[in-house]
Amino acid sequence: MKYVDEFRDPILAQTLLEEIKKLLPTIALTKERPLQLMEFCGGHTHTIFRYGIEQLLPKTIELIHGPGCPVCVLPMGRVDDCVSLAERPEVIFTTFGDAMRVPGSKKSLLQAKADGADIRMVYSPLDALNLARKHRDREVVFFALGFETTMPSTALTVLEAEADNVTNFSLFCNHVTTVPTIKAILDSPSMQIDGFVAPGHVSMVVGEAPFDFIAEKYKKPIVITGFEPLDILQSIWLLVKQFAEGRCQMENQYARVAQKDGNPPGLEAIAKVFQLRDFFELRGLGSIDNSGVRITDQYARFDAERKFSVPNIQIADPQACQCGEVLQGMIKPWQCRVFGTTCTPETPMGALMVSTEGACAAYYNFGNLPELMALKAEEEKTKLKEVASN
Amino acid sequence: MCLGIPGQIVEITDAAKKLAKVDVSGVKRLVNIACIVNDDHPVESCLGDWVLVHVGFAMSRIDEEEAKKTLDLLIELGEAQKELETMSRSGT
Repeated sequence: MKYVDEFRDPILAQTLLEEIKKLLPTIALTKERPLQLMEFCGGHTHTIFRYGIEQLLPKTIELIHGPGCPVCVLPMGRVDDCVSLAERPEVIFTTFGDAMRVPGSKKSLLQAKADGADIRMVYSPLDALNLARKHRDREVVFFALGFETTMPSTALTVLEAEADNVTNFSLFCNHVTTVPTIKAILDSPSMQIDGFVAPGHVSMVVGEAPFDFIAEKYKKPIVITGFEPLDILQSIWLLVKQFAEGRCQMENQYARVAQKDGNPPGLEAIAKVFQLRDFFELRGLGSIDNSGVRITDQYARFDAERKFSVPNIQIADPQACQCGEVLQGMIKPWQCRVFGTTCTPETPMGALMVSTEGACAAYYNFGNLPELMALKAEEEKTKLKEVASN
Repeated sequence: MCLGIPGQIVEITDAAKKLAKVDVSGVKRLVNIACIVNDDHPVESCLGDWVLVHVGFAMSRIDEEEAKKTLDLLIELGEAQKELETMSRSGT
């Protein structure tokens, strides 16, 4: 764990923390329960744990770690589809390394590779396109993954494939959308989130306006935030200040990168290549309207789902797995039945344990594991007692 | 994938295709610069720009001091090393 003196500007970090501590008691709500702020993005979750930000904050603030890790929300059935595509003899299946270990219902991509499927890790969709240029006798499929941050890159790669007439290249499109996912969380009856730390790099692409409705319609303060520890502290301070002053606004802490209008060339490429799906399944959250995109008819020949037959079977998560409840902030990772016992980073059951950006992996790797396991044991004992006395 | 990494554009490789060479902490790599180009900032003027690179695409121009600070932080977190390694052995 890191300490305040390891922040880029320790004096500023200390000042922000003091301001936060000063403002919190003036917020009436904190007398009843902690203020619950959700960081949507997995990148933020990672920074929060690496720098021990939760431990620096007063107990009257609770951070809820949201579903903004594209690897974590990938449903098991889609992993099976990847394996099925990868096992076709004519296919070279290309993917970001993060997705290799996500469990499917039978195997992960890593296991499929060990079993002989031609699966290659790439840094960029452009590398996948180059593989297609190099291997004209093979079909190169790129596993397109991510929220809006990575959409321009895959859209522009498809446009380049079209311009160069690379016909043996296609996308298995699993891009997901941020706003419909946040909206689903806001509409959930068990929701208790007071404010949002919004994903800076999604905003870098889509701009500020798509987040306005959270403050306007749902009356939840929201701050677009960068990825450094100081950015996150500053945004928490901005949120707390809004509560203290009785304001509810969309603010942008990350204006140095996330411009008001987002990235026009990127948005133009997205609009050409992708269209919203009616609905898409997110692991742990279920089916959400408009939460994914597919390739438009105009670019159908680059769509692996149309080019090959994909099983597309919905597979339910293992019953013991409580990723969904963790994602919605209903329980903490260590309160899950299988956390740290059958589900660990080495043998993950749920997606939140797979990616280093997943909340469970973050708790496991950077939290005080013995203390968490003791808490978990204590809670289970209490539950057993309750059951016995009933 | 979502964090990105800062680098400096050191060569315009293919102006028509908007491809440029970016130096990321000593590792040089071809990236697409379509997202940082507009009428006020044509391809030719991108040489020397500091940019935030996400999966092979320059997504945003950033100032040099900011770029260096971010890079230092990513190195401290161990993220930069991971990204650079993936960049250099991609597709094999």
